Amino acid sequence: MLDMTATVLRNFLSKTHTRLYPFQVREVFENVRGNLDIRIEECILCGMCQKKCPSQCITVNKEAKTWEVDPYACVYCGICEECCPTSCLFMPKDYRKPARTKELNQQLQLKGPEKKKKAKE
Amino acid sequence: MAFETKNVEKNQLVAEVRALKNEGQRLVTTTCVDLGESFDLLYHFDLDLQMTHLRLNVPKGESVPSISGIYFAALIIENETQDLFGIPFEGLALDFGGHFYLEEEVKKYPFCKVTVGKTETAGEGA
Amino acid sequence: MATIVPFGPQHPVLPEPLHLRLVLEDEIVKEALPTLGYVHRGLETLASIRDMDQMVQIVERVCGICSCIHAHTYCMCIEGLMGIEVPKRADYLRVIWSELHRMHSHLLWLGLLADAFGMESMFMHAWRIRERVMDVLEATAGNRVIISVNKIGGVRRDMSPDQLRWVLQVADELEKELDLIKPVLTNDYSVKKRTVGVGVLTYQQAYELGAAGPQLRGSGVAQDMRMTGYGAYKYIDFAPVVEKDGDSWARTMVRFRELYQSIDIVRQLVSSIPDGELAAKVKGKPTGEIACRSEQPRGELMYYVKATGDKYLDRVRIRTPTFANVPPLLAMLPGCEMADVPIIALSIDPCISCTER
Repeated sequence: MLDMTATVLRNFLSKTHTRLYPFQVREVFENVRGNLDIRIEECILCGMCQKKCPSQCITVNKEAKTWEVDPYACVYCGICEECCPTSCLFMPKDYRKPARTKELNQQLQLKGPEKKKKAKE
Repeated sequence: MAFETKNVEKNQLVAEVRALKNEGQRLVTTTCVDLGESFDLLYHFDLDLQMTHLRLNVPKGESVPSISGIYFAALIIENETQDLFGIPFEGLALDFGGHFYLEEEVKKYPFCKVTVGKTETAGEGA
Repeated sequence: MATIVPFGPQHPVLPEPLHLRLVLEDEIVKEALPTLGYVHRGLETLASIRDMDQMVQIVERVCGICSCIHAHTYCMCIEGLMGIEVPKRADYLRVIWSELHRMHSHLLWLGLLADAFGMESMFMHAWRIRERVMDVLEATAGNRVIISVNKIGGVRRDMSPDQLRWVLQVADELEKELDLIKPVLTNDYSVKKRTVGVGVLTYQQAYELGAAGPQLRGSGVAQDMRMTGYGAYKYIDFAPVVEKDGDSWARTMVRFRELYQSIDIVRQLVSSIPDGELAAKVKGKPTGEIACRSEQPRGELMYYVKATGDKYLDRVRIRTPTFANVPPLLAMLPGCEMADVPIIALSIDPCISCTER
């Protein structure tokens, strides 16, 4: 019976192992694959990311000049980031916030018309 | 690592498997490969961390004798092969009749490349 | 008068959708018939529409808890077919991540077993300890559960010397926490009453029915695929953990002692890891057939790969350990009481998403 007293006192005097979630958020580690994002000005619309993706979640439309990812189909493996020839895909470490409707998280990127060719001046 | 298999015929299969069991080999699993015109059934055995393999070639539509009388564990694998590839096994110790994984609504065998239509069997042969 | 009671697929204690049709007579089980197929996804057919590199990610998702080892075995098969030699540092890193997976799988299982006989505080403590392992996986590999670090030819990420030191620190802390749990499992009267003598599998039965993993080692058969020395296991000394009784308590102790063994292996590897490259170059397409085996937390995993030189592989066959452990379960159930069925079903460590990939 006395062994249990030591355990009870130890648990009573130490701090809790859980945290109060929305008010205390855990710091995320570096190098975590949290989300998929693109620097759209550097994209050359080659379509490599679409070919290599194991879950086929990226759609690259060359005529309309758009790059789109379905964040709910993406498995955050990072293969597209490795095979992109211009390294314009990157995975920031913050996870997406919870959302009430799926549409709040859709990602569609349009490439602006003025960056079509490098015009020499 | 080299992969050596020993070819067997359908009538030699049960005798070969019984000889392997008397040596003390354990059954690892059975693999079925669809070769278009026929199936290739591979049996994998293990003794003391070394593997032995048997290969049996079976044309589509023929049935294969079951080894679940010798190795009880084989009945799960043979039921699964029956569901997914459509090879009937004779003498299964516990036969689910093609409904081990799949429901009655599934009309063609999912893993075959050249699909074979499923005939309506007479209920579950238990 | 026989009564038929369905156990599963939805059950508060059972973590996996396994359906057992129990035929009872006065609360003693007479026989049991399984039904599987609730999570069948047909992943083996995806080999015909995804190429060899994309299959690594698909094969990882056969099971969440032991995903790194699935990818490791698949990569071993393809590297064997193409004759690629993996650099030494990549081997060491792969095995460190695999052993971390083994630790988190056994801790998860320990929590579920404790929940099955009603000891919720052990459940909470085991999962709290598991969070430390998840932190290590997240910081070193990028994700918590399905870590995607294997690729054909090696690994995709490296661990810096700071991270390796931190892994050693976490291993020390884990050992201290496990020492606090150990007296409860070995000496407590209620735990022993629920598990000793329940679900006995003799040596002969375990050998003939083809049991795998802690099922086999808990009945006295000393067989463990890590003894074949694949990957970096040939550089460390290793002996399998064996218990003789064959009941649920023996299997629990096998898994608990394997936790200590994993911590020891991680320490040996981290202290002797060599420098080097992370991956070898891959050229061309594979041809031929090969079969490879490795040791998952639940038992022995076998892969058979057949390739003909095309862009897509011809056949990928996966034989998971829970598939091999279902016939021993059917042999253990007759003769036990109905209240013991959850304990026996959990002591084989079922992973039904592996069974019906």
